[in-house]
Amino acid sequence: MSGIHPRKVKLLYFAWVREKIGRGSEEIALPDNVATVADLVAWLKTRGPEFGEAFARADVVRAALDKAHVKPDARIAEAQEIAFFPPVTGG
Amino acid sequence: MGVKVQSEDFDVASEVATLTSGRTDIGAIVTFTGRVRDDDKGRPITSMTLEHYPGMTEAELSRIEAEANARWPLQASLIVHRTGQLSPGDNIVLVVTASPHRQAAFDAAGFLMDYLKTRAPFWKKETGPAGESNWVDARENDQSAAARWRSS
Repeated sequence: MSGIHPRKVKLLYFAWVREKIGRGSEEIALPDNVATVADLVAWLKTRGPEFGEAFARADVVRAALDKAHVKPDARIAEAQEIAFFPPVTGG
Repeated sequence: MGVKVQSEDFDVASEVATLTSGRTDIGAIVTFTGRVRDDDKGRPITSMTLEHYPGMTEAELSRIEAEANARWPLQASLIVHRTGQLSPGDNIVLVVTASPHRQAAFDAAGFLMDYLKTRAPFWKKETGPAGESNWVDARENDQSAAARWRSS
């Protein structure tokens, strides 16, 4: 249930998303009006210029909910860990 | 089946020996080794750092490996991926596939590499001789290489 006590979630940032934001992880209280990953990105961008910079091209930044890839329209639901990162370049 | 994410180097021959130890039913083994090159589109590279998402990396590699095992009759498979700071000539990634006949092993190894490159959460940062560094951009042709498995 949301409302009086917003749910806490862990945010993780990797590679140049981490560098632009200036930290690798943080815990936040999930705002009531944030339902999807895209909602969360829109809210994060209001928190400061470093987030505006990191998500300037929101279509480039990828997301994962509880360590699985998701699209921006994915609902956060009960996820505990939300990660943002550039397109992967391993191998 | 196996997935290893490690900072230390790997030895291809010993990994294959371990994977196939005591097995007389395996007819074909394919190995792919990816290495750090000393240039990227003409720009010299002096070192490369691989960042990853601990936990998701292992989960994603295991999902990719399970998908390969569901598509081809593999008798054994292994993915080893290194992290941290590497130098030109260093190994980055090893994929091993084993099957009764060659085609499944060849195809599964290609599939594993194509999917790994587009789904496993690793990020490469290259450093040049003057100390300048930059994150490697994702390549469009890696996306199309992975996409070809969707229609087959």
